[in-house]
Amino acid sequence: MEKLIFEISSPGRKGYSLPNLDVPDADIKSFIPQEYLRKDEPDLPEVSELDCVRHFTRLSQLNYSIDTNFYPLGSCTMKYNPKINEKMAGLPQFTGLHPYQPDTSVQGMLEVLYETEQALCKICGMDAFTLQPAAGAHGELTGMLIVRAYHTSKGNPRKKVVIPDSAHGTNPASAALCGYEVVTVRSDKAGRIDLEALKSVMSDEVAVLMLTNPNTLGLFEKNVKEIADIVHKAGALLYLDGANLNALLGVARPGDMGFDVCHVNLHKTFSTPHGGGGPGSGPVGVKAILADFLPIPRIKQKRSKFLFDYDAKRSIGRVRAFYGNTGVIIRAYCYMKLLGSDGLKDATFEAVLNANYLKTKLKNDYRLAVADEPCMHEFVLTGKDKKELGVKTLDIAKRLLDYGFYAPTVYFPLIVEEAIMIEPTETESKETLDAFAETMIKIAAEAKSNASLLTGAPHITPVRRLDEVLAARELNLRWKRPGA
Amino acid sequence: MVDLDKLRFTKTHEWLRVEGNTGYVGITDHAQKEITDVVFVELPKIGKEVAKAGEAAVVESVKAAFSIYAPVSGKVVKANDAVEKDPSLVNKSPYEEGWFFAIEIKDKSEIDSLMTQKDYLEFIKTGAH
Repeated sequence: MEKLIFEISSPGRKGYSLPNLDVPDADIKSFIPQEYLRKDEPDLPEVSELDCVRHFTRLSQLNYSIDTNFYPLGSCTMKYNPKINEKMAGLPQFTGLHPYQPDTSVQGMLEVLYETEQALCKICGMDAFTLQPAAGAHGELTGMLIVRAYHTSKGNPRKKVVIPDSAHGTNPASAALCGYEVVTVRSDKAGRIDLEALKSVMSDEVAVLMLTNPNTLGLFEKNVKEIADIVHKAGALLYLDGANLNALLGVARPGDMGFDVCHVNLHKTFSTPHGGGGPGSGPVGVKAILADFLPIPRIKQKRSKFLFDYDAKRSIGRVRAFYGNTGVIIRAYCYMKLLGSDGLKDATFEAVLNANYLKTKLKNDYRLAVADEPCMHEFVLTGKDKKELGVKTLDIAKRLLDYGFYAPTVYFPLIVEEAIMIEPTETESKETLDAFAETMIKIAAEAKSNASLLTGAPHITPVRRLDEVLAARELNLRWKRPGA
Repeated sequence: MVDLDKLRFTKTHEWLRVEGNTGYVGITDHAQKEITDVVFVELPKIGKEVAKAGEAAVVESVKAAFSIYAPVSGKVVKANDAVEKDPSLVNKSPYEEGWFFAIEIKDKSEIDSLMTQKDYLEFIKTGAH
């Protein structure tokens, strides 16, 4: 186990040298008031440059990422991040820009942003997009603020937001943050939204239905047109959580399904880095009736010039400084240009094919969460039968680490007992999928023959199983020198 | 020991113990097992009005966060600070030390709509989640 940098510290050791002081020395107390000065020196690590380099290099070698191994995290779309994206985003013509430069001197950057918005409009069947939201949940909040502004303009912001019980936890959180009361609508036996249950909760108090399509069980909400009609009949709006857009690109458009507003995740669907801290990007698209409410500034094109337009009286205002995570947007733009509309469509087909291939490989040794039907880009297993053997889904996930795989999403969606949610994405080869399936099948056999291999896992990772409960109950984030 | 026969239950896995006009609320043994080790509890403020089936508290485990709904309408008159300090009480003693809050019951007829222990055990057996 690698020691903490504090533990390899040696008093007085240095990794730097400063030139001789060539200005008059001054006591810090003479220019910073006493009350702002700390009483004790901070306990910082003292190491040589080489010790420091080795420490962080060793830590970096423990990193697990899409560049090293398979990462089948459900609803997260951990696809490969093409290196050409990095190269383009790293061009000095982009990295050298300052956000306060006048519009006239950043026409190329604005053109990229404008074209990205146009492309997303085409892909999603929407009329206008904003690229400002910093990630998915921020996109949801922006969408909810737009919904609220729309209803307020009609005279009543309304009170409730309806959300299926299979939704991502961020949906109710975003609705609540926007001042709405959340009403949960249950799924039917097949795993789709229950239309009768939906009808029973719809009223003129409902502002919006937040729907994920395909949903978190990996199923397409095939009644989406009917759902849209029920929602619109009550005067409410239909919101798409675009987390699972990777199953739709180039094949079906949310706008055509009746969605009025949606967010997309560039860091999932459009191949920008994800999982290492991002940053993300969660653009929001709307139909024309909602375009006036989009955040300012908007990017407009006038006589082949691009400019930031602040003239929007009904706008919800700014949701982020400047114009979003532009470095991420350049990567997504590059991805869309690289694949083109045919390429995006192929990627969708491959993503769905890969998920169905894995599902078929695993369905004899694991139980499917819902009745067996073709899935979209992901599918969900239940560890219910394994639980009877004394093995929980958590144990299966931990055992996968021993075999060098990142664990799938577990215990989500909440409506599936002991859920295991797998999304392979289109960028994995058949060989990788086979290797993962073989390992999962091996683990299922181990659960029967030697359960302790699973309940004690992981065995060979640098850190063994952590006590998550203790960590949550007695959170301790600060290292203290022994005896201090 | 609490007499489970005297408790009433909700489909969302809360129990209600009635003492005069006061109803004590907690989550069932089945619920605490399902959500696993509780690591955080957020209780309602005393004096808060809660509606039947309205969100009243939050419980968090390492798996996820869940809402606790009021089994009946009324005003919150007590909150069990002990579970905020030591959330493991919810797992160790779901029906006694692990209670969440108490409500001054507004309409006692609402109690009749809740399940008895027998109904509840049947309800969880038939695959409710």
